Amino acid sequence: MSVRDISVSFGGIVALDGVSFDIDDGLIVGLIGPNGAGKTTLFNCLSRLYTPSAGAILFEGRSILTCPAHQIADLGIGRTFQNLALFRNLSVLDNVNVGGHCRTRSDYFSDALHLPWTRRGEASLKSRSHEIIGYLDLEAHAEKRVADLPFGTQKRVELARALASSPKLLLLDEPACGLNHEEVEALAATIKQIRDDRAVTILVVEHHMSLVMSISDRVIALNFGRKIAEGAPAQVQQDAHVINAYLGTGQS
Amino acid sequence: MPRLNNPRVTLAIIAVALVLPLVIQNFLTFQLTLVLVYAIAIIGLNLLTGFNGQFSLGHSAFYAIGAYVAAMLMDKADFPYAMTLPVAGIACFVFGFLFGLPALRLEGVYLALATFALAVATPQILKLSPLEHWTGGVQGIVVNKPEAPFGLPLTEDQWLYYFTLLITIVMTVLAHNLVASRTGRAMMAIRDNPIAARSMGINIALYKSLTFGVSALYTGVAGALGAIVVQFVAPDSFTFFLSISLLVGLVVGGVGWIPGAFFGGAFVLFVPNLAESFSKGLSGAVYGVMIIVLIYVLPTGAAGLTRAASRWWRAKA
Repeated sequence: MSVRDISVSFGGIVALDGVSFDIDDGLIVGLIGPNGAGKTTLFNCLSRLYTPSAGAILFEGRSILTCPAHQIADLGIGRTFQNLALFRNLSVLDNVNVGGHCRTRSDYFSDALHLPWTRRGEASLKSRSHEIIGYLDLEAHAEKRVADLPFGTQKRVELARALASSPKLLLLDEPACGLNHEEVEALAATIKQIRDDRAVTILVVEHHMSLVMSISDRVIALNFGRKIAEGAPAQVQQDAHVINAYLGTGQS
Repeated sequence: MPRLNNPRVTLAIIAVALVLPLVIQNFLTFQLTLVLVYAIAIIGLNLLTGFNGQFSLGHSAFYAIGAYVAAMLMDKADFPYAMTLPVAGIACFVFGFLFGLPALRLEGVYLALATFALAVATPQILKLSPLEHWTGGVQGIVVNKPEAPFGLPLTEDQWLYYFTLLITIVMTVLAHNLVASRTGRAMMAIRDNPIAARSMGINIALYKSLTFGVSALYTGVAGALGAIVVQFVAPDSFTFFLSISLLVGLVVGGVGWIPGAFFGGAFVLFVPNLAESFSKGLSGAVYGVMIIVLIYVLPTGAAGLTRAASRWWRAKA
């Protein structure tokens, strides 16, 4: 994934201003910055919910900006949302099944007739979904309606749903937001495990500093829509611009 | 949501449905046929509203188009009545799909308004004098009642009931398959969270417009059957009130539950008559009160009642 010089503005407000970076395969990259720095905007560009006014985004060497939003999952970019965006009335299993939508094929006609090949597709999708549900320890909830589950569990369902699309790049938007201390520790282990087990490159936006610093191989810091630092976690933590962005300069 | 996936219950219901017209009067058989016709239309509305989250106050228009296509084909082209159903269905699918395309930009109440316009415009268009040669204008079209084929010892009403029952079973099974499939999950995902659905690779425009078309197809087939059963079509049979009746049937049966359509169909057909038997002058008010009471007592409709009953049954067993 390569982001080249992208800019986004809403009305007169510049949300992103010439941001560039690369993400190497197999890394966990943390994206940090104070509120309003442009992190979520950047995320929404990567998943094609927004179109940048300038710049390019390349994934595996080709531009994704010519792709409609619903084909992004097909390319291998999966995501979770900052505030839960689950299909509330569906079961956990069906949520995960929808995650596998882009990896399966069917059409209105064959589905209505329940033709043999759609049955086979359903069976293999279901077993794949169950594998992921087991992987994230959600087996006990598989048939439950998602809206009836506690928040922390719902967040894991989102992760499971994103994994069901077999992403090569996984975008996590504030995965720790709203979780308690133990859940955050478990999450850190899970994210690393996903990278190792499933060969997924992960870009994570997070406010929870100790989480970002403990899991990331590289960290990118944004402020006011610009990249202010990039490097190893320890290096970024010491960076004067980053410290200023979070704590102020002490001068007015 | 409970599904009719208990084969014993399903078979028992079908057995009762098969025997019923042999033991009841012809007029009641005729009424039950209309219940099935409404049920098909309500399933169509449920696919759109209950499963895909798109509102429609315009389904009377699709019902009217289906009814007129069938009546005109029989009246002008001597079509066999059974052959009018696929034509009416396809005509409504195309019309619904095309209407669904611009409707993609409209959500919630705005879509409701656009479909309302369709419902209001359709009866008037059917009355237009340039079209009178085909539509029969205000007079409408009278069609002949088909007789039972192969010399079957059935009255016309009984035969039409069995014919409608067969179509209803096929349409119900197809809808049931659809909502339990990948396509059905995509429809419900769009209903619950369109942005997340798109990020999961679902082509929202495609599913929404196809669902509009399929929903119109169901309602159009129902309209065609209705024309054959009632033997008559006229513009004023298909006013906005029919759209509302279908919506009432949908809510009474249970939004997002396919078998609910049969409860809804029965409610829409029988309860207004029941209200009239209480008081001729105030039948509308009595009907209104009945709806309010029902919504208050059973907000999830027949779906909720069936769920509670099956839970009670399992707890007892």
